[in-house]
Formats: sequence, C-alpha cells, structure tokens
Amino acid sequence: MLLFLILIPILAAAAILLGAPARCTANGAARINLLLTLLALVRYHCAQGGYQETLSFAILPEWHLQFFLGVDGLSLVMLLLTALVTVAALWVAPPVQGNERAYFASLLFISAGAIGAFASLDLFFFYAFHELALIPTFLLIGIWGSGDRQAAAWKITVYLAMGSFILLLGLVGLYLSFPVDHRTFDITVLQQQAALVNPGSRNAIYLTLLAGFGILISLFPFHTWAPTAYASAPTPAAMLHAGVLKKFGLYGLLRVALPLLPDSARHYSGLLLVLLVGNIIYVGLATIGQKRLDMMLGYSSVMHMGYIFLGIASFNIIGTTGAALLMFAHGLSIAALFAIAGQVRERTGTLTFTELGGLAKPMPVLGFIFGLAAFASIGLPGFANFASEILVFFGAFKNGTASPFSYTQIATLLALWGLVISAVYMLRGYRAVFHGEIDERWTGLKDITTLRWPVILLLAVLMLGGFFPGIFVHLLKPVVAELFHP
Amino acid sequence: MALPWIILLTPLLSAAFITLFTQRLRNFSAMISVAACLVSFVGVCVLHFWPNGSPTAAMGWLDLGPVFSVSIGFTVDRLSKAMLFVVTGVGLLIHIYSLGYMEDDAGKSRYFAGLSLFMFSMIGIVFADNFVMMFIFWELVGVSSYILIGHWFDKPAPPAAANKAFITNRIGDFGFMLGILMLWVSTGTVYFTGLKSAVPALAGNPGFLAVATVLVFCGAVGKSAQFPLHVWLPDAMEGPTPVSALIHAATMVAAGVYMLSRVYFLVAASPAAQAVIGAIGITTAVGAALMATQQNDIKRILAYSTLSQLGYMICAAGIAPNGPAMYHLFTHAFFKALLFLGAGAVIYGTHHEQDIWKMGGLKNRLPSTFLTFLVGTLALTGCPGLSGFFSKDAIISAAREGGHPFIFALALATAFLTSFYMFRLMVVVFWGHTRTEHARDGHQPPAVMTIPLWILAIASIIAGYGFFAGRFLTLPKEHMDMGVASLSILVFLAGGGLAWYFYNGRDSDPIVIPLLANRFYLDELYHTLIALTQDLAASLSATFDRWILDGAIVRGLSSAAWITGFVLRFLQLGNLQAYAFLFGGGFVILIYYFLFSKP
Repeated sequence: MLLFLILIPILAAAAILLGAPARCTANGAARINLLLTLLALVRYHCAQGGYQETLSFAILPEWHLQFFLGVDGLSLVMLLLTALVTVAALWVAPPVQGNERAYFASLLFISAGAIGAFASLDLFFFYAFHELALIPTFLLIGIWGSGDRQAAAWKITVYLAMGSFILLLGLVGLYLSFPVDHRTFDITVLQQQAALVNPGSRNAIYLTLLAGFGILISLFPFHTWAPTAYASAPTPAAMLHAGVLKKFGLYGLLRVALPLLPDSARHYSGLLLVLLVGNIIYVGLATIGQKRLDMMLGYSSVMHMGYIFLGIASFNIIGTTGAALLMFAHGLSIAALFAIAGQVRERTGTLTFTELGGLAKPMPVLGFIFGLAAFASIGLPGFANFASEILVFFGAFKNGTASPFSYTQIATLLALWGLVISAVYMLRGYRAVFHGEIDERWTGLKDITTLRWPVILLLAVLMLGGFFPGIFVHLLKPVVAELFHP
Repeated sequence: MALPWIILLTPLLSAAFITLFTQRLRNFSAMISVAACLVSFVGVCVLHFWPNGSPTAAMGWLDLGPVFSVSIGFTVDRLSKAMLFVVTGVGLLIHIYSLGYMEDDAGKSRYFAGLSLFMFSMIGIVFADNFVMMFIFWELVGVSSYILIGHWFDKPAPPAAANKAFITNRIGDFGFMLGILMLWVSTGTVYFTGLKSAVPALAGNPGFLAVATVLVFCGAVGKSAQFPLHVWLPDAMEGPTPVSALIHAATMVAAGVYMLSRVYFLVAASPAAQAVIGAIGITTAVGAALMATQQNDIKRILAYSTLSQLGYMICAAGIAPNGPAMYHLFTHAFFKALLFLGAGAVIYGTHHEQDIWKMGGLKNRLPSTFLTFLVGTLALTGCPGLSGFFSKDAIISAAREGGHPFIFALALATAFLTSFYMFRLMVVVFWGHTRTEHARDGHQPPAVMTIPLWILAIASIIAGYGFFAGRFLTLPKEHMDMGVASLSILVFLAGGGLAWYFYNGRDSDPIVIPLLANRFYLDELYHTLIALTQDLAASLSATFDRWILDGAIVRGLSSAAWITGFVLRFLQLGNLQAYAFLFGGGFVILIYYFLFSKP
C-alpha cells in the first residue's frame, strides 16, 4: 500500500517523461493517490495503534540499514495532507511555458519525495526522500518561476542545501552516538533505545538537528529564503513546498528529535521560545509591512511556523497535539491561499496591493473563497486552524502557574498578540485586493470557474477539522502520548 | 431534548443553504433566512417553559481526555432564556424589516446569509456553558459583524470600517483569551459551573483573581465597545441600518454585558475588578454622551447613544454583579432597535439622507415613523412610565446604594445629556421646516417596515414593567427609590427643555464644540499611535529583513563559506542543472561514505 503511494507518482512522472500526456497523467496519479491515502486511513486500526502497513527490505544488514515503510496516526495525517495538496496543486497548474513534461514530472517528484519521507521508518530514507523532493523544487523555481527567479532559486538552494547538510551532520551524529552494537537506522528501534544515546553528545546533536530542521522550516532568523522563494515559485510549487514539504522539518522534530533527545529538547526550550517569538512577532510585523500579496502570504506562512513551534515547546500532550494538527491545517490553508493568489496573478499580471482593489465585484466567487481561506489562516472558528491554535495555547500556557508568568507563558502571551497581527495583515491584504473601488482595468475579469473546486476541497477538509477536530485528534493523540509516556 | 440544538443550528443551516444553493434567488434566500429566524424564535418561546437547568446532550468538540476537553453544551437558565428572547425576538423583527429595507439590494442573498450566520453565532454565545465555546461563538459574531458592516464592499468606507471593527475586537479578545487561560491554569476548568465552585479557592489570591477577571473583561471592552476600544462602533454604522439595529445596538454589542452577567461570580469576588469595570463603564457612558451632543449624522448620534447606554450596563455589571445590568440590556434592546429602525425608515424615506440638518419637519410627512421614534426617544431618555425609566433608575439607585457617589453623579449627568442629545435630534429632524428637496418628498416606508416599528414601540413601553420583564428577569426590587426617581425626572425634563430651547427653529447648530464634534480626537490619536508603533515597526522589520538580515548578514555569512563559492560559480554559469547536480553529488558522497567506510 505505502509502496504504491510512493511508486504511483514516480511511475507517472516516468511515463510523462516518456511521452504520456502530461497534465492528465499527473492529475490522474494524484487523484488515485488521494483515494489510496483515504483507504489507508480507513484501514488503520486506531485501537491497536503503533506503526501499521509496515514493509521492509534489508539493504545493508550489517549497517542495520533497510528500506522500511510504516505509518501511524501522525504520518497518516501528513500523508493525507500531501495527497490533498498534491491533487489541488496539479489541478490548478496554469498552462506551462516551455517543457510541460519536466514541469509536471518535477511536481510529481516533490509529492513522491514527501510521501516517502512521511512513510519511512528508516532514518536514511527519511532523509533521502526529502532530498528527492527538494531538487525538483529548485528546478521549478529556477526554470518556471516569475520575477527574479534565478536569485530566488539561488537563495533557496543555498539555504536548504545548508539546512540539509546540517541536518545530515545531526543525523550522522545521532547514529554514531549510540553504542556500536546498537547502531541502527530503524526509527522504531531507535525510539525504544532512546536512553542509550551518549549523554555527552546529546545536547550538541539536538542543537544540530534543531538548526537543520529549523532552516528547513524557516525558523527565525533562518527564514529569509521562504518569502522570496514562494513569491517567485510557480503556484503549484509554492503550494507543495509551503503546504507540505516545509512540514518535513516539523515532522522530523516530532518523529526523531523529541522522542530520541527529550531531555535536550527541554534543556534548549528557552532558545526555542526566543526564536519562535521572533517568528510570530518580528516576522508578523514584517508581514504587515509587505506590499505584495504573494510576499505577504510567504511571510505569513513563516509567521505561522511560530505557533507550531510553540506547541512543540509546550512539552505536553495538549500543545503537541495542537502542533501536529496545525501542521495539517496550515498546510491546507496556505496551499489554498497560494492557489487563489495564483489565480489573481494569472488574470491581472500583478499582485501589488496598490494596483489592485475591488476584485470581488467582477469575481465574487474568487473573493469569497479567498475570504474563507484568509479566515482559516488567521485562526477563526469553523476551521481546523482554530482548533489547533486553541490546543497550542492551552498546552503552552499549562507550563507554569501564571502568578507570575513563566517564560513559556510569556511566549504564549506574545503569540496571542500575534493573532491581532495576523488579523491586521490578512484583512488589509483582503481589502487591498478584493474590496474598495475597482480600477477600470479589472472590471472585465472573469470569475474562477472549475478551478474553484480544488480550493473548495482544501477548505472543506479544513472545515471538517474545525467542526469535528476529534477525527484528527483521535489519530494524533496516541502518537503524541507516546512522546510523554513512553 | 433536541430543542436547543434546533434553535442553534437552524440559522446555520439557513446560512449554509443560501451560500451554497440560492445565491441567485434573492427573494427565496430572504424567505429562508426569515423562516429560520422564526423557527429559532418559536423554539425559544417553547424553551421558556422548560425548567431551568434542563440537560441537553452536549457534543464533544476537542477531547484529549482528562487533561483537556471542551464540548459544545447548553446552559438553560433564566439568564440565557431572557437573552435568547431578546436575540431571536428583536432578530425576527429586524429580519422582517430587512425584507423592505434591502428589497432591491444586489447582495440580498449575501446579506441574509450574513444575518443567519449572525443569529447562529449569537445564540451560541448565549447557550455556551464554558469559556472556550463562548470564545468560539464570540469570534464568529465578530466574523458576521465584519461581513455585514462591509456589505457594500465596493465603496471605500465600509471595508475600512469592517476591518477596524474586527481588529479592535481582536485586541479585546487577546485579553479575553489570556484571562481564560489564567483561570484554566489555576482551576483546571473552563466550565462556568466548575469556575463558580472554584471561586473560594481563587479568592485566596485576590491579585491573581483581579487580573484574570479584568482580562476576561477585556473581551467585553472590545465586543461592547467600551473606552478605550469604543472607536469601532461609530464607524460600524457604514453597514446597512437593520444591521446597525440588530448587531450594533440591540444584541451583539450587549454580548459583553451578557458575558459579565454569566460570570458575575468572578466579578463579585474581586472588588478591584469591580472598581475597574465600574470606572470603564461610567467613563464610556459620560464620554459617549458628550460626543453624541455634537454629531450630525442620525445613525452616528444613535451609535454614540448606544455606546453610552452600554457604558451604563457595563458599569452596573461592575458595581452590582448579577444586578440591574441585564434589566437595562433587556429594555435597551427594544427601544434602541426601534430607534435605529426608525432612523432607517427616515433614511429610506429621504433618499438615503443621513445628515439631520438636511431633514426637518418630517413629523407630518412620516407620521407613523415620527410617533414610533418619539416612543423610542422617550423610553431612552427615561420618561416616567416607559421602560428605560425603570431600568436606568435601577442602575442609578444601585450606584447610590453601593456607595459610589462619583458614579451616581456621573450617571445622572449622562441621563441629562441623553435627554439633551435625543431631543436635539427629534427637534431638528421632525420639527421645524423641511430644509432640502429630499426631505420634502419624504415618503412612508412599506408595511413590512412599519409593522416591526409598532411592535417594538409597544415593547419599548411595556418592557420595563414586572408583568413583562419579570417573566424573564429577576428585577432588582419592587419599590423604587423616590429620591432617585425625582432626580432623574428632573434631569430628563432639563435635558429635553434645554434642547428645545436651543434647537427649535434652527437651521444650523448654534453650539459648536470642536473637541466633542471630533470625538475628543481619539481616532486621530489612535491613528497617530498606530502609525508610530505598528506601521513603523512593520516597515522597519520588513526593511531590516530584506536588506540587513537577508541582504547583508546572511549573504555575507554564506559567501564566507567555501561551499557557497562553489554554488556561486555554478550560478554565474546560470546552470541550474549544475547545482541540482551539486545537490545530488553531495548525496552520492554520503551514500559512498556509508557504504564503503568501515565503522
């Protein structure tokens, strides 16, 4: 099952490169994958818990290296996110300038890489699949991007190459820090023997992992690659990277760093708190200062990483479940926003606030779904983002008595102020693009037609998670509970 | 047992159905929305006869086991029944009125979907049995208010007003959420019943309790537009007039008062919080009444009046928890909705004229509007025998009995100002001679608009009496304080008489006080403050991010790294495949390392 999930996009990409019709093959593969993911969700026995659908081939027995797939509640939720965003991203892909085959094949490779990373239970392949997804991202930005695409591609490549490299150092260090006869890449085994990590090197390894994952997640102050990259990336690439691939780093923290190095994670929680407040307040303010919709969305996506980090820094089941749910929710909402921004750019050729305005008049449906996605993104009730943020706030605030406030509680307070900041920039952006008086140039614009459905799909799942967050919490809670009561 | 669910969900279904299916069938959408509101209203009337504390199956919403769980549950008690009656009753009349007022509006479906969404959210606040559920619906009324204020989104002012309302409310909600978190951390519960029984333990730490209560009160400061977050409400008048009546006068803005009444036990346990709430309330009451005396837009005068009356209620909720605040909320909902709908009828009848100085002499042209508006004015200004007289007196008496001489004096001063600005409005709009063309062809609105006016007029007269209000509320006391009553009759007459003396027969305002006309320059002050802090910080951080953090530091550091040198060379070649290769190459080296080096 999991193997199919990875192979279908790869085979589809190969078929496209060999001559199959690009767009419909890609869309078909994405939709089959979504159905398979739903099937995997249905087949998963929640009561039994743990890793299921496992599959392994030994690669290097003497190294304990194997190709090992398996899913639990957390990875299933991430797989669902990947499948949904992939379907939407391929669906909204605009007509391609240049080599259409390579374009769709690259998108499929990103999807396959993300699925592989989320389904791998072997440290080596967990890392390798992420690399597989990064390369086509660079290509998409560098070749099919807009604006100053070479500079953006250069920046994201340097950054993420550096992040991956640091991460690799951390993972190698982690591997070597186990006693020789316990060295393995098997994540399930590693989690059971977490106590064996060499105490002397724990903290250094954790910091290396945090830096590596942090760069990939755009943790402040390593975030400056993200907005420019998303602004110049082709819409589907921005959706896939901001929505899915960026969550790899967070997933890695939850899957590898926290379970294996819990004491070091607590030891450095102060550092994480400072950085995440940087994400929320500093980047939040920078978001208000943006003058283009795509840059604003890129910055807002960086800002929201702060909330996920806050959940992770809560070190309890409430906040961490919230963080995991927010990874899912944020992925869907930012993908929806980028999809709509892409539609606006295709029609007007610009996303600069001062040039736009009043677009909801000729395009009421586009305006309406942008409104919904914006409301979801700023955490209004009815969407999964709100439920996750509630969990994050309650979880983080639980660290202390509130008389006086502990450091985590002060960070929570600042994060709550972030809700005001996000309302300011999102509503300003919404108003600048869709409300107010309309420029004559835009009166004849055509509203979104069939392309509304992929966005509505994403929003519908967000609303499902907002009204009934229990569906997802049910999957995530056992995994998170393992972290705190092994 | 499903009745509360039906009351709550019918408007939501209506909003969803209109949005999904009947966008183009504008009249059908309107009928669905009115029908949904009628269902809720009938449900509330039936619910009225249920015993208090009737259990209703709650729906689990977020359930993480014993550490944290929140459900969508229902409180059925005297307080929620009274508030539901106001919300659905006034709501139904305003839905019907809207059929006439919004008849030809192109966005009629959107408007009625917004009204239904609002009804759902407001009913949710009233039913909430815990703070998180209340916060959920609290945010949702904010959304529906945002949508409805910005209904005419293609003009410049309404979207700006909608944003201002939403963001100002979020500032209040920042404190609200923080207060909820503090109470939760110390008591382990967000449920009102649990918090009530935890009050003795909380009272052991009075400083903590005061801070938490005042933070929770911040939510009310935002939603009920109290000083210093009052600035959004006058701007919210950019929305359609029925919306101003329902949301920004009768119900949503009263949600803060309702919330304080719901958690009166917290306020009652903290004298410091009482002092803060009372002071904020009375400041708003006097300040807004002063500003109202110098406004010229008929809706804005009523908006400042709403602020001022909300100030009364908040002040009452502070100085006399579980006392006369809900009583005044109850009566105010009827007469203020009446006044707004009356103003809507005037605006409708004079071709969307809102400046009172361009009206005049309308009592002969709009007789039934005039009569009902007069009833509303008399009720608001505290004319003896009408509802506002009783409820306002209850608050003024409470100030006296509670030993708050300042508040007592300021409350009387506010009553005087109320009488003054309302009769100024009456005299300028309805008496004198007609000053413009528009006023000259003033015409009566259709029956769907006048019938709600008459019903509300009757309610404004009787809502204060025990046989009506007593069915819903526990009234403060049977016998009124004659001293207080005579004083308030005195200020009523003085205010009205003075207004008649100054304004009868005038064509322009003889009194000009720029400080009041310009709302104490608070909007300008805030504007400057925001420009100096938030906007400056925003552009500074955006610039810093772009040129320093990204431009200088990161690039500087990265170019120092030797690996970047390689990448740069590839970049100069402009060869994308090359750096893809570099990436892949690194990976191959890694595999090589693992495969061939010995451990």
